[in-house]
Amino acid sequence: MAINWNAFWEWANPRKFMWWTDRALPVIAILAAVIFVIGLVWGFFLTPDDYRQGATVKIFYIHVPSAMMAINIWAMMLVASLIWIVRRHHVSALAAKSAAAIGMTMTLIALITGAVWGKPMWGTYWEWDPRLTSFLILLLFYIGYMALWEAIEDPDTAADLTSALCLVGSVFALLSRYAVLFWNQGLHQGASLSLDAEENVADVYWYPALVAIAGFVLLFVALVLLRTRTEIRARRLHALEMRERVKNA
Amino acid sequence: MPDLGKYAGDVLMAYGVTFLLLAGLIWRSLARSAKVKRQLKAAEERKSHG
Repeated sequence: MAINWNAFWEWANPRKFMWWTDRALPVIAILAAVIFVIGLVWGFFLTPDDYRQGATVKIFYIHVPSAMMAINIWAMMLVASLIWIVRRHHVSALAAKSAAAIGMTMTLIALITGAVWGKPMWGTYWEWDPRLTSFLILLLFYIGYMALWEAIEDPDTAADLTSALCLVGSVFALLSRYAVLFWNQGLHQGASLSLDAEENVADVYWYPALVAIAGFVLLFVALVLLRTRTEIRARRLHALEMRERVKNA
Repeated sequence: MPDLGKYAGDVLMAYGVTFLLLAGLIWRSLARSAKVKRQLKAAEERKSHG
């Protein structure tokens, strides 16, 4: 079956985007809240302690989803930036801008919860381990990306330059994901969750973790839609204010 | 409340920081949304009146 790409672009048109997100956002937000709470309540209250890690295993339900989101949000920003570069689609540039603060927060959560988990397990809050270091660099890229948007007044120029930065930062997002494979050293273990059943954690931890991940993903979708709607309105406001200024000059 | 034993401080700190950061992000997103919405409405009213 052929995909109708024209219909896709039509739904991403700012006016259409505002129309459908106005209806979808409340549903997604409620679903996100429900799934998020179920995942964390299940993981925190209803799972046993790990025989090696004790109660610290409960940090798993916030650390792993936030770390996954930190990397995947940058990947989403990369796709949106490429769409901006190729098609000059304004909503995609604004969606990338909207996602950055969420990605930065997720990276910060992953780093802090990782440090808090690392102290009792590794005996240290921080180590210049490949994965930890690449995550710190990813956080700096998020901060730089957001600062660049704020520093440039013309929105199209800002979108061009931040898209270029996003392409460069993608190398570090990729490194954050695969650092433990590239360098067989450091404290951090490999992926906790994978499609290879032999590598997965036990089912009693795996199922609540999946729900927690779904909660984080839905929370991201709800927030990125809300923030993109705000950016579209802000752009319209900027255009109206510019027109007023020209008229009053 | 589950018995977190000697790791209670670590686990509660991790969850506390997470909720604090997420609450801040949600609050900022909602506050900016409301502010921009209000400013746009005012600008559109000015436009339609003159």
